[in-house]
Parts: sequence; structure tokens; C-alpha cells
Amino acid sequence: MRGIISFGGYVPYRRLDRSAIAAVMGRGGGRGTRSVASYDEDTTTMGVEAARLALRSSGVDPRALWFATADPAYLEKTNATAIHAALRLDSSTGALDFGGAVRSGIGALRTALESGGPTLVVAADIRGGLPTGADEANGGDGAAAFVVGGEGDGPVVAELLGTASATEEFVDRWRQPGSPSTGQWEERFGETRYGPLAAQAWKEALGAAGIGADDVDVAVVAGAHGRAVKRVSGQLGVARVADDLAGAVGNTGTAHPGLLLGNELEQAEPGQTIAVVVLADGVEVLILRTTEALAAYAPALPVADQVANGADVSYATFLQWREMIRVQPPNRPEPTRPSSSAAARAQDWKYGFVGSRGTESGTLHLPPARVSIRPEDELDAMDPAPMADVGATVVTFTIDRLVYSVSPPVVFAVVDFDGGGRLPVELTDVDPDSVRIGQRVEMTFRRLYEAEGIINYFWKARPARSSSGQ
Amino acid sequence: MASHGIKDQVAIIGMGCTQFREHWDKGVDDLLIDASSAAFASAGVAKDDVDAFWLGTASSGMSGLTLSQPLKLEGKPVTRVENFCATGSEALRQASYAVASGAYDMAMAIGVEKVKDSGYQGLNAPPAPHDGTKRNLTAAAMYSLVLPAYAARYGVDEDELRMVVAKIAEKNHRNGALNPLAQFRREMPAEKICEMASVAGRLSVFDCSGVADGSAAAIVVRAEDAHKYCDDPLYIKALSFVSGTGGGLIDPDYDYTTFPECDMAGADAYRQAGIDDPRSALAMAEVHDCFTPTEMVLMEDLGFCERGTAWKEVLAGTFERNGDMPINTDGGLKAFGHPVGASGLRMHYECWLQLRGQAGDDRQIDLSTRNLGLVHNLGGYPGEMVSFVSILGPELG
Repeated sequence: MRGIISFGGYVPYRRLDRSAIAAVMGRGGGRGTRSVASYDEDTTTMGVEAARLALRSSGVDPRALWFATADPAYLEKTNATAIHAALRLDSSTGALDFGGAVRSGIGALRTALESGGPTLVVAADIRGGLPTGADEANGGDGAAAFVVGGEGDGPVVAELLGTASATEEFVDRWRQPGSPSTGQWEERFGETRYGPLAAQAWKEALGAAGIGADDVDVAVVAGAHGRAVKRVSGQLGVARVADDLAGAVGNTGTAHPGLLLGNELEQAEPGQTIAVVVLADGVEVLILRTTEALAAYAPALPVADQVANGADVSYATFLQWREMIRVQPPNRPEPTRPSSSAAARAQDWKYGFVGSRGTESGTLHLPPARVSIRPEDELDAMDPAPMADVGATVVTFTIDRLVYSVSPPVVFAVVDFDGGGRLPVELTDVDPDSVRIGQRVEMTFRRLYEAEGIINYFWKARPARSSSGQ
Repeated sequence: MASHGIKDQVAIIGMGCTQFREHWDKGVDDLLIDASSAAFASAGVAKDDVDAFWLGTASSGMSGLTLSQPLKLEGKPVTRVENFCATGSEALRQASYAVASGAYDMAMAIGVEKVKDSGYQGLNAPPAPHDGTKRNLTAAAMYSLVLPAYAARYGVDEDELRMVVAKIAEKNHRNGALNPLAQFRREMPAEKICEMASVAGRLSVFDCSGVADGSAAAIVVRAEDAHKYCDDPLYIKALSFVSGTGGGLIDPDYDYTTFPECDMAGADAYRQAGIDDPRSALAMAEVHDCFTPTEMVLMEDLGFCERGTAWKEVLAGTFERNGDMPINTDGGLKAFGHPVGASGLRMHYECWLQLRGQAGDDRQIDLSTRNLGLVHNLGGYPGEMVSFVSILGPELG
């Protein structure tokens, strides 16, 4: 029996109130909010956050990592390797990108469900479009991760019953690399293509699973074509169609099927049948059934909790983060690109947030050191100290309005880790006025800046969202 | 402590200092020529009389060529040194040791910084290749951490403490206003500073040192030779330097109310000079007021007052030019300006003037009961810094 062992959804902290768009532009927007990746997030960092949650809930050591996004941070270079490094996976674990198309997210998940070995599947997306457009308002940013495997790998909480595909070439939505917006053909055209394709794949998947539509408790239906998703949802004949999170999060594209499925699994009972129907240049269908193991499964940070705990970002800031408007930077030199060789030597520190601890003194060194600040430790008498999942408390903090930042001011805190150890570290997902001494924080993998096309990834601290930080 | 010191073995026989300001019309070469020419004239020597040179600059040039080319030094050794904002003092320290060792009879220490050619505000040094994990924070923000920490530790109201450090800026501006070489010649009331927008923590731009171009130089000889050149040399009583472990950044016991590297450098210097009670022995001190909270903490680290009392002494006027312990009588980094590589030598230049009674009627401190001066010069940040302390006096013994 192969299926899903654990999962994690990631919804970034910031929300854009859609009514803010028309308030500025005179049109566009709509009701509700959409999730917004911060200026220091990209699909890779959001993928790391989702994958950390998935791994925290299972303890499985995946033998493969597959990362899918329609908004890759890098072309040419594999993005999954940064996720692999942040998760500190073994170098014998392969890391592959499923790149470019929205369909790659569900495709990676389906392929993992139909292949062998414990596999970590991560999908992330940042969705946007030109100001006042539908994609700008209706899109959302987020990530989802699944640990997929068989019984030998860990308790399967949702087993795969059947799958089906329907594929057809038609140009409905398209985007050139580097373009800020996606083109869309007349909506009616796509709608008429997706309807029959969905019917075909749905019938085939139900047949493969050996069930009827009325056996399905809930169907997750996702796709970038809103009208087609609506039409297909109505024609499946299932008891319930899953919440599409449109009102609070928006459509997270490549990540959306996984995010919605994770959200359903977090609320599901054992023995329920869940279908996933994805419309993206054809149709993909997965049919899963939750197992008894689901009863004992504890999600690390449920999607619903993340949806409920967000904070507004202004439309002006949103436009700036998306580089739709450029603002005057501080008159300070821009940061320089990190050295690839120096970064490679420091991989465990830079990507994995691993310090060192003196074997005698127990004193934590961040970054890791060979010589201890305590005399009782011998040279090189240090153990690795993985600190990414250790909570910390703000000891003191400051607001820096002078230093270069993509989104000033920089909020900086001295934090003490649970169990000992200290680091002066930048805070993120925080409003400067809300920082307090004694505040609980947790580490998060972020994109500090980009220089000469090289992205500088490292860790920041954010106000605690998950139980490890509390 | 294994530092033996070179008390009374080396004397300064001449010094020069340019105006510190935005020298749009002068480059590094001009500043070096101006400061060294003033020092040669002050000592009554020519450039060929000097056997060796130590050039301090943080980022205005590399190698001894930065000095030997503009001065056209023939066959002379020039060593370029760099030690963050303590670079100028480091040059003096090395030149003094060279003379004390007997390797040379006469040496020059010269510091320079041309910061206003970068096109950016503030101080900017190009980083070495890095792994991208270094802190992204200005020095102002790092030093701003001192205020809430100090307030919490000693139970001082944060608003009151903010006014206390503004008073430090007010005092240094008052001193700078009288100093023809200083960058800022206008007084600045503390109340006005408190009203300004915060740029880092609660610090405003006027809590930060002035950003200026400038150069300063000293000529040193062995003490026994000093009177060949000069009737009133200034003797070096102590030279101390501490480069920290950086442990303060990761040590949960560090509380941002003290700079241990400065405490250690001060204690070492007092030992070298044979000083038990600095407050009663010192007539003045030039200290590294890079940001206003720095000067406050230094008063305690250097032993000028008890821990937790500096803020009261600031309010009591102790550190005014006519107070019991005059601090930064030339205006300090705050008002004199801070060309990184030159500042340490500028501090010594003020001692050179004051301790020899040459500061001028309106600026001269009282030397009737004490005649030793201290220079404190640091580089880096709370938790990871280098610190220099020297002690100087006009008499042997």
C-alpha cells in the first residue's frame, strides 16, 4: 500500500486585502484576501518551510526530493538542492526540479505515488499578474509538501486508490520566462476543453479505484482556469467539494492541489475517500483513502491555523515586493554576492543552520567554530548543533533605518535559544512596533538578497507560529 | 598580563592634523601631504630624517605605496596597517615599538581616510568574499542596543537615558564649536537631538560620529633623543591593544552594558603606566564616541566612574571641558569628525596640544594638579571589537 505518510502546507504570513487594489487603482481587486510571500521569500524558501513541517510530522528520511514550481528562483541551476540542503538530507538523496508548468505540482505528487521509495514532494508558487488584473487579485502564494511512501517507510495516512490522466495540447494560459504576467485565451475556449477532459479522467480514475462518484467524500478541485474549475466541480457528482481557500489565500497555482489536499487531510477522519482533480493543460486525478493511521497523526502546523494567523500588507508594499514599482533604496552600497566556494564550505551553517557545541562546556557557537570561547573545550572538540527547529526568546532588539534592505527598516534582535546559546539575528514577518523583549521566535529559511543574479539564502527569526517556537 | 609596556621609552616630538571635513577639493594624497608636512614642521625635521613610516588607513588605499608615492619617499620602509576604527592608533603603536626596539631612530605614524569619495552616506568598507551569512546591521544599530540594556540593568528610565546620551553629543558639539579643525562648529542642544527622527533604535543622526575626510600624523623618537628636536615632547606611558574573541555576540551572559575589550585594554594601560586611580591621575581623556551610548559606557569601562553611575556623572557635568574629568575636549568623533584611519592620531593630537598647554586660551584644560592624558580608540561592535588605550604625559617618571 503506497500513499501519503505526512504533509505540510505553508501559507506566508502576509495578506493583501483585495479591496485595497481598487482603493488605489480605481478598479480591480475583489472581496477577501490573498496570501503574499514576503520580500524575503521565494518558491524555494516557501518549499523549505512546507517540507520542514512535513518532515517534522513523520520522521521519515526521504530517498528522493522532487520540487515543482511555475516560478523557479533559478533556471539552469536546480532549486531542489537548496531545499535539500536546508533540510539536511543525505547527499545520496536525489533532488530534482519538476519545472515551469503549473501541472508539474500534481505531476510530481502523482509520480511519487506511483513509484518506489520514500519520496518528499514539494510544490510552491508565487502567483501574480499586472496591477488590477484577475491573476493579481485571485492568485495566492504558498507551498505544500508530502512525504510519499509505502508501509515499510512509515505509517501511511492516505493510501492511493487510483489515478488517471487526460492530456491535450491547447494554448489556454501561457507565460514567457521572466514575464510578470500570464496570457489567457478567451475563457470560454478553455472551459469547453477542460469539461470533456475532466469527465474522461474522472471516469477512468473511479474505475481504477473501483468506486463510484458517490463513494467519494470530498473532491479537491484545482486549476488556474476559474470557470472551468467551477464547472467541473459541479459535474463530478460527489458529496462535497473541498474549500478552495479562495477567500483568504487565493489560488496558489502549482502548490494549490497539495495545499487544498493537506487542508482536507488535516480535518479528515480515517476511512474517508478524497479525490484530487487538477485542471492544467489536461486533467490529473488522484483518488486516496485515509487510513486508521490518520487518527494518530498530528500535523506540525495546520494550514487552517496559518490561514487564521496572518497580517495585512499594504497594496503599495505588495507592489514593491513584486517589483511592480521600484522605490528609492537607501543611499548605501548594495550587498555583494556571496562567494560560491565560501558558501559551499559553510553549507551546514548557511543552509542547515547548524552551529557547533563545545564537548566540555556545552557552549553553542553560531556560526560553528573550531576554537571555543570557553577554555575547557579542546581545539576541534565540537559537536554539530542543529538549531533550525529550536525556539528562542528575544533578549533585546533594535530597528535599523539606515542599513540597506529591500524592504526597510530592518528589525534586528538578540535572541537566546532554548537550552542555551545566543545569536544576533534579523527578524522577519514582524511589524517593528510589535517587537517585545521576551517574545518567542523561531527560525525560518529566507532569501536575504540577490546580487549579480546569485540568491543569498540564510536564516532569519520570526515570531513563533508553530509549537516548536512556543 | 604579559604586556610589559614601553613607559617613557618613546616620545612624540611633532604632530600634524588637517581639518576634518568634507574635503571635496583634496584627495588621499593631498591629505597625507598636508598632515605629514605639518608634522615635519612641528618637529623641525625633514622627510628624509624619518627612518620608517607606518600608514594607517581602513580603506583609502593599500600598501605602503599609498604614502611613499605621494611623499616621494626614497628607500624608506612604509607599512600600511588596518585595525578597523582604531587604525590610526595602531599606526602609532607600531611606530613607537619600532623606535623603542632600536631598529629606527625616528618614525612617523600617519593616518588618513578619504571617505567622501564613495558616493554613499556613512562609512562603507568593501567586504572580503563571504558566505552571505554575516549580520546585515549598521554600527549605529548595534550600538543602539546599549541604551535599553543599560536602562534595564541600572533601572534608569529609557527617556531619561536618551536625554543623557544626547547631553554627551551636546557637550562634544560645544567642544567642537571652539575647535578650528573640527568638522562641526555649531552647538547642538540635547533637547533638539532628542526631537530628531530615530535612525537606529532610539539614536538619531546626531548620536553618530561625523563622517569626514582627514589625516593626522605623529613623529616619534626614543625618549633620550627627544630634546634634540623639541623642548616639550610628549612621552608615551602606555600602549595597549585588545582584539576580542567575538564571544559577546554568542554569549548569553553578555548584556550590552559594557565593552570588555575596552575594560581589558584600559586595565593593561594603567598597569603599564603605574596608575592606580585613573580618575585622579588623568587630566583628560579622548575616547571613541562613535555613538553617544559608547562614550557613556566607556566612562565605566575605563574606570572614570563606578558601574551604573556614568549617566549621573554626565548630567552632573563631570565630563565637560571644565569638569572634573574632561572628555573629548576637541569635539570627539561626534563633532571633530571620523575619518577612520586618522581618528586615533587625531585623539593623540588633542593630547599633544592640551598636555603641553598649547590648546589655546578658550580651549585649554586645567593642568595644575594632573598632567596625564588617555586616548581610547576602538573598532567594531558591542560583542566583537578591537580596543586601543594609550597614556601620555609631558614629563618623565
